[in-house]
Amino acid sequence: MKRQNLLLLLGVIVLALIPLLTIKPAHEGDEIFLGADGQAESAITEIRPDYKPWFAPFWEPPSGEIESLLFGLQAALGAGAVAYCIGYYRGRNSSAKEMNAAAS
Amino acid sequence: MEGYLPVGHAVGWGLASAPFLAWGIRNLGKQLREQPESRLVLGASGGFAFVLSALKIPSVTGSCSHPTGVGLGAILFGPATMSVLGFVVLLFQALLLAHGGLTTLGANTFSMAIVGSFVAYGLYRGGAALRLPTNLSIFLAASIGDLATYVVTSFQLALAFPDPVSGFAGSAAKFLGIFAVTQIPLAISEGLLTVLVLNLLRSHAGEQIAALVPALKGASK
Repeated sequence: MKRQNLLLLLGVIVLALIPLLTIKPAHEGDEIFLGADGQAESAITEIRPDYKPWFAPFWEPPSGEIESLLFGLQAALGAGAVAYCIGYYRGRNSSAKEMNAAAS
Repeated sequence: MEGYLPVGHAVGWGLASAPFLAWGIRNLGKQLREQPESRLVLGASGGFAFVLSALKIPSVTGSCSHPTGVGLGAILFGPATMSVLGFVVLLFQALLLAHGGLTTLGANTFSMAIVGSFVAYGLYRGGAALRLPTNLSIFLAASIGDLATYVVTSFQLALAFPDPVSGFAGSAAKFLGIFAVTQIPLAISEGLLTVLVLNLLRSHAGEQIAALVPALKGASK
């Protein structure tokens, strides 16, 4: 099981590394790995050049740094919840086993 | 994508999502009343969706997108309940990150929280009925559920913005090229991570997982 889990994790890392290492910008200085959302917005403007977004977010992260802070926070909160659950039951189950062993 | 979906579509997808969310909220209340000890695993399922939808991962198309993380909770708690958790994730991103958007919340809820959950759940159950290896069923459920989300997103946009020459089909091809192709390696990653986290949950919280989905009992350590 441990071995399988390590392989799964390795698979995820390789899948993210392949594009990162192989894809180069078409022209020097072009930005790559932008969000697919932004590309969709450009595609909409291409299809309907007259279309104007009719609503703007109430609040936008003032810079890319703040945005990455918030995304980092989101990931940290989520990882905390997953790890808390696994750790809680792991601890509870192993202490229950110890108690059983001590009692018998 | 805030403001990019015309008003009628924004409202329409919101209305289409509402009954699923109402059903999910009812299920969620019932779940917590009948199995109050499942709330930690529920928190972990929501947490998993939080992590995965925060991770923007580079893809073979040279752009970035993020997985959804809804497959895990859909397998454990059913698709209606997971729709609610997915909706919470989308609301958080729309309000605090200006990612996704409030006017696109209905459409995103439909594609990610609802279609993603139902496809994942259906594939998991289908795989189990066909007696596929458990981890293969989980992998297929989570990865194809992720991909389905972005296929639906592409169709939603094509419906709102049909190409003046090639119509809905031409537009759909364009949006599928942007979203669905980018999503393929990410969907595989989501499948692998879902198997990984369910492995951990099954080996450390085996009883609690078996109480939710009896077929997931008994993972080896």
